[in-house]
Amino acid sequence: MLDYFGFTLLLFAGALAAGLLGALSGLGGGVVIVPLLTLVFHVDIHYAIGASLIAVIATSSGAASAFVKEGYSNIRIAMFLEMATTIGAIAGAFVAVYMSPSTIAIIFGCVLVYSAITARSEPKFPDNFKKSLFAERLKMNSHYPSISGPQSYSVYNIFGGFSLMTVAGMLSGLLGIGSGVIKVVAMDKVMKIPFKVSTATSNFMIGVTAAASAGIYLHRGYIDPAISMSVMLGALAGAVIGARYMVRFRVKMLRNIFSIIIFVLAIEMIYNGITHKLG
Amino acid sequence: MSEEKHKFGDTDMELFISRLLRYGVIIASAIVLTGCIIFLARHGTSQPDYGKFVGEPSEFRSVVDIISSVMKMSGKGLIEFGLLVLIAIPILRVVLSVISFAVEKDRNYVIITLIVLALLLYSLLGQQ
Repeated sequence: MLDYFGFTLLLFAGALAAGLLGALSGLGGGVVIVPLLTLVFHVDIHYAIGASLIAVIATSSGAASAFVKEGYSNIRIAMFLEMATTIGAIAGAFVAVYMSPSTIAIIFGCVLVYSAITARSEPKFPDNFKKSLFAERLKMNSHYPSISGPQSYSVYNIFGGFSLMTVAGMLSGLLGIGSGVIKVVAMDKVMKIPFKVSTATSNFMIGVTAAASAGIYLHRGYIDPAISMSVMLGALAGAVIGARYMVRFRVKMLRNIFSIIIFVLAIEMIYNGITHKLG
Repeated sequence: MSEEKHKFGDTDMELFISRLLRYGVIIASAIVLTGCIIFLARHGTSQPDYGKFVGEPSEFRSVVDIISSVMKMSGKGLIEFGLLVLIAIPILRVVLSVISFAVEKDRNYVIITLIVLALLLYSLLGQQ
């Protein structure tokens, strides 16, 4: 059997790999930390979710300043949508308390499959929304820097985006993930916000969303110090290294590799959920 | 013209906030790492068992209790405190945003941001 030294070291290495892959592929390391902890380290899924939320807060807060410097993130859009994600996150965390590990594992697997598919292809949404008067009143329309000067953009279909953000928040609270993929889909595809603005704003929102559910997990005793310390420090180190060497890697190939890993983990999670192997 | 100037102020404030967040993450990591070293020095050779969820002891379940366990210099208590600092970072960001919108006299966004802040504080402090 492994003692705490070995456990800490191996977990640190695993979380580092997750953080690295997450940063390089742009999908975030959160989605692989729960499968890593439950499938490889046989940690109870509730502890795994708590530790994963900690990793998500650390990596997104650590990366935030890089995104702001580029001037893409939109604080008004972020704050407005954070009302949806925090309500969803608190609801999701409450629901998770009463769910069996098997049910959580199956839902987790399905979300992983969805993430693996969207990482490879572009989802399609109807294109006929009117300009939102609400967005204008709330001063969400803005501009972002480009080579040819500031590019202005408008925000559409706020209510569609708000609803999808509530779902993203719920999944974040239920599964301990950042839900970055769904957040970007809500902004980029549904609200027609430019991709770069969507990803930068999403990164800003992830930490707040995760903090909303982390409080509830803490009160329920799901945040274990020995698991969370290695996962937090490992994921953070991975994300920092990943962000530094991002340009040198071929992003497209990485995304493909990562989506295959996610897909395999998804099948494994669903299988373990159905056969009740996770307790 | 004044609109342009205003936008630049916005980004400056955001840049200030995000730098603060980065230092916050560094501080939280340092606290967790210190706790980690103390914990491993004392319990490194005992064996963990996380197969079944039993929950953390009550001293690690609330903000007040965690802070009081830090005073005892327990490794686990220090780690939990570092994690608490980490959870507080996004909340601090929202607090600073409330201030920044108030300075801009943007009433709608002061209200929106206060709603987000209330939800976060409820999650962290509001339960029994």
